[in-house]
Amino acid sequence: MSEDDVRLIPADDSSWRFEAYLRRGGYEAARKAVTSMAPQDVIAEVRRAGLRGRGGAGFPAGLKWSFVPQCGTAPKYLCVNADEGEPGTFKDRAILVRNPHQLLEGMIIAAFGVGIRKAFIYVRGEYARIARRLEEALAEARERGFLGRGIFGSDFDLEVIVHVGAGAYICGEETALLESVEGRRGQPRFKPPFPAVVGLFRSPTVINNVETLANIPSIIGCGADWFTARGLPKDGGTRLFGVSGAVRRPGLYELPMGTPLRTIVETHAGGPPEGVAIKAVVPGGLSAPVLRPDELDVPMDFDSLAKAGSMLGTAGIVVIGDRTPIIEVLKVTARFYAHESCGQCTPCRIGTSWIHKTVTRIGEGQGRLSDLDLILRLAEGMKGRTLCPMGDAAALPIHALVSKFRDELEQAVSR
Amino acid sequence: MSYAPSAATLKKIEGMIAPYPEKSAALLPVLRAIQEESGCVLPEAEAWVAAKLGIRPIRVREVLSFYTMFRRKPAGKTTIQVCRNLSCTLAGAEDIIGFLREKLHIGPDGTTPDGRITLETVECLGNCDHAPCLQIDGVDHGPVTRDGAAALLEELRAHE
Repeated sequence: MSEDDVRLIPADDSSWRFEAYLRRGGYEAARKAVTSMAPQDVIAEVRRAGLRGRGGAGFPAGLKWSFVPQCGTAPKYLCVNADEGEPGTFKDRAILVRNPHQLLEGMIIAAFGVGIRKAFIYVRGEYARIARRLEEALAEARERGFLGRGIFGSDFDLEVIVHVGAGAYICGEETALLESVEGRRGQPRFKPPFPAVVGLFRSPTVINNVETLANIPSIIGCGADWFTARGLPKDGGTRLFGVSGAVRRPGLYELPMGTPLRTIVETHAGGPPEGVAIKAVVPGGLSAPVLRPDELDVPMDFDSLAKAGSMLGTAGIVVIGDRTPIIEVLKVTARFYAHESCGQCTPCRIGTSWIHKTVTRIGEGQGRLSDLDLILRLAEGMKGRTLCPMGDAAALPIHALVSKFRDELEQAVSR
Repeated sequence: MSYAPSAATLKKIEGMIAPYPEKSAALLPVLRAIQEESGCVLPEAEAWVAAKLGIRPIRVREVLSFYTMFRRKPAGKTTIQVCRNLSCTLAGAEDIIGFLREKLHIGPDGTTPDGRITLETVECLGNCDHAPCLQIDGVDHGPVTRDGAAALLEELRAHE
């Protein structure tokens, strides 16, 4: 097997085609799991691989699967989270476009391991055109008997339905996603009960990100040890790092978990253009608190970023150059969360719009020095006080922008 | 006025409902199908959907008003959606938005008087390595320069 055979995004342009996937050894891992492994051994292997969820929270995938009760007769569901809405993130798009069969193969293995017979792929509305290719891939897999009834001649069945959203960042939150699949507003549910026990249609449900599932075939095909060797022992595998903003070569870079942020930005993405210096870097999608230029040696893995006071999140890296005023970054950030708050919890609904109004005032030159403390206080008031992680997702990056670039913002206010 | 989808859309809608364990779960795809055919979902179509899925009309309205991609009023024949989130702003999205408004003679989130083009600003389209980016009727374009944006408008005109 060559390196290109196991990459999440193969270099070859025709990599998305069914035949191309089969040539790279595609569907062999699913065949191995379904025809020769016990479901609990599939879960054990994924647990041993240290695969952490690629949607943002980094929860160990195998552990999540093991929470699904194996007693009872209720149907169980798999929901694939392809609602890639975190600003600065474009990795799941690439998998859907360039390697859809690897996602499907990962889904077959996950469903077999947990005992699931029905799966939904929740694709964000803005990716509706991309979802067409996914439908094509599904048809090809069904035709070959890799999906549907009696997969690989076994008694294992799996039906897959593509469910396209309609524009709502909040639906990337797992319980809001479930509400949306059920045909409701995407308003997050109270937890517990967790979806593994009471999820879609009140049944046990596994929700995994696209990139998480696309990693499963190589874990089963090459083994957990091989997988951890490509990353870290407790945070295995490679990661799709998306780099955008002030760099010479924006794009996706598949690199080992734990690659230093500076290496990704300066070596792989080519660093900032001529005459521009780095002012700040968002390391994991807009919700990840910003880092200063002296903080860029941090290894890009879940634990190291948490220790650095930020988060790996979706690994969507946005580089901000020294010509960009921080108030511009703050304006975009504040507007986004005010726009996307679902309105269910008061601290988030009021907090995000109050911050947005305050930031807008500063941007228009009508700010007061006390506004910066007001923003910090509002952000504090949201943290940990909402049903879902969106309150923190809004509060933390705003808090970091104001506290780390206070001098510049004070100048903007007094000007 | 009452609403009824075309025979083709009705067939599509019925195919959409079938795989869901509960009919009402098909609400989003059904609304998408109606909007695809009619350009928006009017109150009479809401009533039709409610009856079709066996839910109260208020549930249809709730969903329709929650998701930003649903329209309750007609828009232009073509919709241009320009991303203005962080990566695109850093790459000059506001300049492209200003340029398009000037070219089309419309204000923020407006439609040209002849009903040809609706221009909207949106949050992240997930195409950040092609910033500044936009979608025209769901098709991705980027990175977009002023010249590129002018060429896209020309192309739209030529296709009429």
